[in-house]
Amino acid sequence: MLRAEGVSKAFGGVQALRDCTVEVEQGTIAGLIGPNGSGKTTLFNIVTGYERVGGGEVYLGDRKITNLLPQRVFAAGIGRTFQLTRIFPRLTVMENMLVATQHTGSRRTRNPLARAGGRADRRRAAEVLEFTGIAGHSDALADTLSYGQRKLLELSYVLVADPAIVLLDEPAGGVNPSLIQHIADRIRELNAAGKTFLIVEHNMDFVMGLCGQVTVLDYGTVVAAGPPEIIRSDPRVLDAYLGIAEEDDDADAG
Amino acid sequence: MARQIYEAITDGILGGGVYALMAVGLTLIFGVLDIINIAQGILVVLGAYLSYVLSVHLHIDLFVGLLVTVPVMFVIGVAIQWLFIRPLRGRDRTSMSLLACYAVALIIEGILYRVFGPNYVVLNASYVTSSVHLFGFYLPDIYLYGFALAVACVAALYLLLYRTRFGRSVRATMQNQTAARLIGIDVNRVAAVTFGIGVAVTAVGGMMFGATSGGFNPNSGYDLISRLLAIIILGGLGSIGGALAAAVFMTTAEALVDIWSPDWAVVVFYVALVLVLTLRPSGLFGRSPVRAQ
Amino acid sequence: MSKPVRTGGRAGGILAVFAVLAVFPLVLQNATVTTIAVDTLIFGAAAVAWNIFSGYSGYISLGHAVFFGTGAYTVGIAARAWQLTGDAVFALLPLAAAVAAGLAVPLGLIALRVRRHTFVVITIAFFFIAQLTATNLSVTGGSSGILAPSPNWDAATFNNPFYYTALALLAVTIAMSWLIRGSRFGLQLRAIRDDEDRAAGLGVRAMPVKLAAFVISAIVTGMAGGLWFYFIGQAIPQFAFDPLFDLSVVVMAFFGGLGTIWGPLLGALLIEPAQQWLTLQYTNEYLSEILLGALFLVVILGLPRGVIPTGAEKIAMLRARLRSARETAAAGGPERQRADPVREAGAPGAPARDTGASAREAGP
Repeated sequence: MLRAEGVSKAFGGVQALRDCTVEVEQGTIAGLIGPNGSGKTTLFNIVTGYERVGGGEVYLGDRKITNLLPQRVFAAGIGRTFQLTRIFPRLTVMENMLVATQHTGSRRTRNPLARAGGRADRRRAAEVLEFTGIAGHSDALADTLSYGQRKLLELSYVLVADPAIVLLDEPAGGVNPSLIQHIADRIRELNAAGKTFLIVEHNMDFVMGLCGQVTVLDYGTVVAAGPPEIIRSDPRVLDAYLGIAEEDDDADAG
Repeated sequence: MARQIYEAITDGILGGGVYALMAVGLTLIFGVLDIINIAQGILVVLGAYLSYVLSVHLHIDLFVGLLVTVPVMFVIGVAIQWLFIRPLRGRDRTSMSLLACYAVALIIEGILYRVFGPNYVVLNASYVTSSVHLFGFYLPDIYLYGFALAVACVAALYLLLYRTRFGRSVRATMQNQTAARLIGIDVNRVAAVTFGIGVAVTAVGGMMFGATSGGFNPNSGYDLISRLLAIIILGGLGSIGGALAAAVFMTTAEALVDIWSPDWAVVVFYVALVLVLTLRPSGLFGRSPVRAQ
Repeated sequence: MSKPVRTGGRAGGILAVFAVLAVFPLVLQNATVTTIAVDTLIFGAAAVAWNIFSGYSGYISLGHAVFFGTGAYTVGIAARAWQLTGDAVFALLPLAAAVAAGLAVPLGLIALRVRRHTFVVITIAFFFIAQLTATNLSVTGGSSGILAPSPNWDAATFNNPFYYTALALLAVTIAMSWLIRGSRFGLQLRAIRDDEDRAAGLGVRAMPVKLAAFVISAIVTGMAGGLWFYFIGQAIPQFAFDPLFDLSVVVMAFFGGLGTIWGPLLGALLIEPAQQWLTLQYTNEYLSEILLGALFLVVILGLPRGVIPTGAEKIAMLRARLRSARETAAAGGPERQRADPVREAGAPGAPARDTGASAREAGP
């Protein structure tokens, strides 16, 4: 469904990505891992239009989406969160949601002077907030949310636009274990309903327990791709992550 | 005609040296603290008034008086940064800092009006009116001395930035504040001192301005700051070389336009500014602000 | 909940305020007072208009005096060219609006393409270009400016037509501000203020939105300038294009609450009369400059979000504290609350200090 083919990108003298091919099949939860600096976020940026490719193409289904502007990529059905959570702090939680719906609203609500967010949009936003668990803060300023709640908010407003595929950049970063569980459960539920995910993460338990397919990047190239069990014991992967113990605790993240 | 043009060019270059010095101070502040010190214009006027007081009431020579005014302006600069800029926090910090500088500028202007009144004053010395006869032109002594001093100051700044440990700290902070902190640089101190230096140069600029402007009063700050802003934006925020080049270019262009139409000459600055920004938003040599807003 | 009651109560309060403002000059016939009142209303409209752009979008403009002065000169030049006097001059206000709008479009297209820092500086540049142009052109009367036609109405109630026109302008501007804030357009503006790139990535078309706000704001400011010109009787470059105008408007908006509907008006109601009074007491106006600057510093350093939001926040915190105390008592004590990962992630009002702050430092 989503395919980055032979993507390369250099920043000045640094080759961030080198002939990178990553494929995400529809309906799966795919993982993208690799040591720091391996190019994961760069790949995300390229796919979602925040960076231009140096070479290669990106496809969504049959459609070539290489170098499209972020808003076009978003409109095409790819939603994305950021490593450093981006929310609109001086808007309320509900208003944050409505920013994401404002381009998809019905003809009537496209009137700029109409009340922000029609009834249908608000209802849908409330449903999503209920789903992720922060509905209780609907009228609070996003600024007042805790770190974990902000992550949920960002996830929520990405979801409310109903993207076909969601790219998550370190969704479990800096978050306490029970919230990580909560997020993993939500992802699983959405996936069961048909949503595709591509997740960048450092938290191995999270990735291995959740993803059906994992791609490993190192120095901008793909060193391995496959199901978690294979990846876990692939010597090239262990080599990329020098210093990681051979046996992880099989903590049940699933 | 040709003579006028040569004169305009020489005036422009000589005058540009002094503007360059003030602009370099401003761009240095931007580079390190990420803020635009809108008060720089009125601070130049303050420097001019300080030189005036020393010259008229204490009969101290203008250049000798700099030994006093430069440290004084340095301290004022550090005080402004410490009191009004450093406490600002939050995501709007850069906009708020700019507004704080704006407020400080208005306060200083008001104080100058109350102390000195609205009448125009001039800085006088023998070399202000005398000139050197060179290559068939008369080059006013004051311009030559001022240019030499400006060159010396810029050279000193360059040495400070590139040959001292402190200068290295400043450059590190300019490139990446967080990283600088991590390697142990006291960013607060660097910020305060840099602001101080950026303001200290206005003492020199102020003395020159006061001597060559043909009369100044507290209202002169507006004209100055708008030129300085035009210079640093044209040259690119944060680029010291760009500030130098832009300063000389702008003053020369203005001197040339002045031949045809004195009234509209200063508009050259703003029109050039607007043109450049329309075509190339980051200025001629600029880099984008460290924190994207 | 108590929402309908609250909205009803608020609407009633607003009507009461406007009722008072409406009968004000009829009750208080003191010319000095009504003069200050007219000034205040004009600045109030200008401050609310400035806020519609700068407050909602976060792009601080220090050049709105351009539109104020343009409005003033437009009315002046037109009145002189068409030999208008008396009430007819008021009919020129829409013309001032149109000219200001026509100017705002190209200026906005140039200025809104750059980052916020540079934007402020460009607005300052525009300001100086405007002041210079007015001083140098002969159609604008050069440095002596233009005189307004003398109004032909009764000396006793001289200020009244100005007062009511200003009041009408203010009321319309407040209504616009309120309408915009609750609208889709306003939401997009405020999203741009908070994170323009992210908003753009979600489909908000930043340039048209910013430009529209800029033009709307310019229109009102232009009309305010035109009215002011007729009121004080002349337009001189350094007063029609006065840096103190911009500072005043900015301080008013910041003081009352940047980005709120009523904040700038509150700021104007408090600051402008004070300024005028100071100018009357101490004939040299430099004192007001110093105090205005000092007030601005106090606001920026101590009360950065202004009176209204800070006040509202304090009230909300009090209410929340009362409510949670009541809830805890009802639930039979804190232990009874179910373990809930989202709840454990943190309660509202306890913003993430550590990670949030360092994330801000590091920057995107």
